[in-house]
Amino acid sequence: MIAQDLAILLPEILLAVYAMAALLGAVYTGKDALAAPLTWVTAGAFVLLALWIGTRGGGAQIAFDGMFVNDAFARFAKAALLLAAAAVLAISQDYMQRRGLLRFEYPLLVALAVVGMMVMVSAGDLMSLYLGLELQSLALYVLAAFRRDSAKSTEAGLKYFILGALSSGLLLYGASLVYGYSGTTLFSGVLEAAGEGRAAIGLLIGLVLVASGLAFKVSAVPFHMWTPDVYEGAPTPVTAFLSTAPKIAAMALFARVLFDAFGGVVADWQQVVAVLSLLSMFLGAIAAIGQTNIKRLMAYSSIAHMGYALMGLAAGTAFGVQAMLVYLAIYVAMSVGTFAFILSMERGGAPVTEIAALNMYSRHHPGRAMAMLVLLFSLAGVPPFLGFFAKLYVLRAAYEGGLVWLAVGGVVASVIGAFYYLRIVYFMYFGEERAEPVEAGGSPVLYGMLMASAIVMLVGIVNLFGIEGAAAAAAAALVQ
Amino acid sequence: MIGLEHYLTVAAALFVIGIFGLFLNRKNVIILLMSVEIILLSVNINLVAFSWYHGDLVGQVFTLFVLTVAAAEAAIGLAILVVFFRNRGTIAVEDVNMMRG
Repeated sequence: MIAQDLAILLPEILLAVYAMAALLGAVYTGKDALAAPLTWVTAGAFVLLALWIGTRGGGAQIAFDGMFVNDAFARFAKAALLLAAAAVLAISQDYMQRRGLLRFEYPLLVALAVVGMMVMVSAGDLMSLYLGLELQSLALYVLAAFRRDSAKSTEAGLKYFILGALSSGLLLYGASLVYGYSGTTLFSGVLEAAGEGRAAIGLLIGLVLVASGLAFKVSAVPFHMWTPDVYEGAPTPVTAFLSTAPKIAAMALFARVLFDAFGGVVADWQQVVAVLSLLSMFLGAIAAIGQTNIKRLMAYSSIAHMGYALMGLAAGTAFGVQAMLVYLAIYVAMSVGTFAFILSMERGGAPVTEIAALNMYSRHHPGRAMAMLVLLFSLAGVPPFLGFFAKLYVLRAAYEGGLVWLAVGGVVASVIGAFYYLRIVYFMYFGEERAEPVEAGGSPVLYGMLMASAIVMLVGIVNLFGIEGAAAAAAAALVQ
Repeated sequence: MIGLEHYLTVAAALFVIGIFGLFLNRKNVIILLMSVEIILLSVNINLVAFSWYHGDLVGQVFTLFVLTVAAAEAAIGLAILVVFFRNRGTIAVEDVNMMRG
């Protein structure tokens, strides 16, 4: 019995044991001299685990009386977030090393955060939800403050910590109310207690508090205040990590809570999620216009993109969940490429994050400028790039789910949002020549990741690399 | 007779005090950490009260997990606060303002 349960948890257990063993081993032996090999080993372990989980198959498996669920939905989210984390580790090694930031704790904190995320997307109980979320968040707080001697980085860590702790508190208070009014912490039990149609008022308050806690983690408006500051202050590789894997995990957890625990009362949460989505899309599009720092701009961009992903969730259908998963996968692929570009921006060895520094970038680095152009068009949702199909997917889900006003809002917000992406393209191709142009530094890995991501945006439109089918199976596993 | 509603009222009051402590406090980051702890403790009161009301142990198990995580969270919060203090020489809330927002 217990052996079967543990066998289902094997990927998480292996990764957690690896992280702890590597931590102890590195402390007693080479310390920071081991940091670079550990980064590559950890990235390799992520890829292997992703392949293993992705090919594991075998329908829905339940461990520990339903506290841990390993179904197609969890497997899709896990494979996506592991690959995203591996890509981020690969692009961060060189950058961190050259700035003396690559300590051996870095890849291991990422590994621990990933264990937390894997537990989150598999949660079948309020307790496993909370523990997974906290393991992820605690590792992320430390990562945000990773540049210990920088006032900005520690301030980012402090802000992230305070607001993250507040959101955990909200979520937990909601969880206690859900437990009180349903008598169980299992999602399946909550689903039964909530019934069909309208839920009891106590459960509803619990649901709203849990939803606001989760909205904090996905940085949906009005719970987004931390995002720009943390993205700007944290070291850039950490920013890249924050905007990829944790977003997949938090959105997947959001979907799991809403469908597994409150799937009978869709009407009760649909409007809330739709409003979160609409506000995020518009704030992300409008507030990004005045930004001069590209990391802050990416923060608002990620707020807007989470709005689109929430639109799929708001549809409340299996197709909506499928659209959300496809959107997240495409968004992460775009993000990794964009951050590979941002990591390569430097002048005399020091990182540059000013957008104005990109003036006439295309004259000096036509290849990179072209790849970034593809990525920016894709982020903006310009056809025929992959980002357009991602938006089309969620818009169709919202339309079919009866939320026509939300779909219209999404189109309007995407037109507004296109402005600031195209402004960067304008700088790169038609800006004024500066005395000190920005250089393209960094290892070949950054160049490779940027090009690979841009090529994915072009080639992916043929068949989306088959993730459509996997996402449909995942959504079918979640929404019965 | 003290009933469920009394416990829930205390917990709700503590929760609101904690939230207000986070938003109204302009002085000291330590007070923010204390507010976070108050929020978590109000949740614990809620969980134990519901657990007793339902005659179900799960709520108390949950409480133990929350206590453990709260300890880890306080440790990390204080560690981040210490590195922040080393850089800036202050822990006043109004000095946490290098970046806009």
